[in-house]
Amino acid sequence: MKYVDEFRDGEKARVLEREMRALVPRLPIVPGRKLQIMEVCGGHTHAIFRYGIEAMLPAQVELVHGPGCPVCVLPMGRVDDCVALAERPNVIFTTFGDAMRVPGSKKSLLGAKGDGADVRMVYSPLDALALARKNPDKEVVFFALGFETTTPSTALTVLQAEKDGVANFSLFCNHITIVPTLRALLDTSDLQIDGFIGPGHVSMVIGTTPYDFIPAEYGKPIVVAGFEPLDVMHSIYMVLLQMAEGRCEVENQYARVVPTAGNRMAMEAVARVFEVREHFEWRGLGSIEHSGLRMRPEYAAYDAERKFAVPGLRVSDPAACQCGDVLTGTIKPWQCGIFGTACTPETPLGALMVSSEGACAAYYLYGGVPTSAGSR
Amino acid sequence: MCLGIPGQIVELDPNRKQLATVAVSGVRRQVNIACIVDDAHPPESCLGDWVLVHVGFAMSRIDEAEAAQTLAILTELGEAQAELMAMRAGAS
Repeated sequence: MKYVDEFRDGEKARVLEREMRALVPRLPIVPGRKLQIMEVCGGHTHAIFRYGIEAMLPAQVELVHGPGCPVCVLPMGRVDDCVALAERPNVIFTTFGDAMRVPGSKKSLLGAKGDGADVRMVYSPLDALALARKNPDKEVVFFALGFETTTPSTALTVLQAEKDGVANFSLFCNHITIVPTLRALLDTSDLQIDGFIGPGHVSMVIGTTPYDFIPAEYGKPIVVAGFEPLDVMHSIYMVLLQMAEGRCEVENQYARVVPTAGNRMAMEAVARVFEVREHFEWRGLGSIEHSGLRMRPEYAAYDAERKFAVPGLRVSDPAACQCGDVLTGTIKPWQCGIFGTACTPETPLGALMVSSEGACAAYYLYGGVPTSAGSR
Repeated sequence: MCLGIPGQIVELDPNRKQLATVAVSGVRRQVNIACIVDDAHPPESCLGDWVLVHVGFAMSRIDEAEAAQTLAILTELGEAQAELMAMRAGAS
């Protein structure tokens, strides 16, 4: 497959593996501590485990799996809101498949479907809009979640609904943004991340300039990366090379897809439909200022939060969950007390076990759990 | 979640300019192309474009020259390594 197979070449991966090892003597390594590189995006987390990339890195380098899985950071109260919307009579609740099994305080959307609610998985928000056209006597609600990659698609779908006069379509908006989240992470006092692998598809929308503050204010390198195994390896190599050469910059490994300025049409559509929320609650990380989006008042007719009564209750994570510690790199997934016992992909308690992009589910599904604790 | 997959635009919709058909590994699906068109690249010129598709929307036109350059960098790294290894073998 074009633009896929050539970025999965094993020979080139071994070249990068050797180049990284050759850099080790020049890296600023403190004895007793590994260099930590965080991949922000859940898509990268998945690729890292699927292709066994951690095993190809020098022993002095480790990866920390960041907060970039929107399903994983969705707070329980928001899932409860989804279930409440889905259980309203006359509602067809539509969602991406990823969100079906996220646990709420009483049940997931899949549980609600089992109990008789009309919950349907869709591939695209446009499919939800088509359902609204087909069912004019029903209210079709689309569960809008995701980072900047996905936000333009829901914005454009709302604009399409407005243009076509489809009045029985609305969004339950849970979109989140990456930059305030990275800043909140960087301000965490016990965070020791030395560099970042930047989210490729978020960046294809927002460009690479929004990351300038990371080297400028925090003195850490970031390389925006593609999603094939060679892309991820190459980006880690580029971060290490910056460290070895004493540089600290924003670099773009994924220039075939990511323009420096991002996608103007996509950002304009987002700005028309959405505005920033003062606070948004993240599972495992707590409330982060300006990290969420809501619909502008002009689009109230398409806003499920305004159209229907949404409970909007805050629900604490289960006490045993240590998702927050995993997200900040303080502990590894397998060091959590309930990893693989009370919390598994079949019956997830914590958010990071829900999606294959979550660090815990990735460790569970693809191995990577060391046989002797503390060996990594 | 932020998954994107490369596909090629194989058909335009003559009635609705923001729509096109994309082929992804043999699967054909209608996608919205509003985010990849502007005055310099109108819908009529999109046929044959390789695009990155995310949840039914073409979000970026894949830049062939940039893809080739990234691969060339990796190939050069490999060639430099092979040369160094040959030099080491020759020196011993």
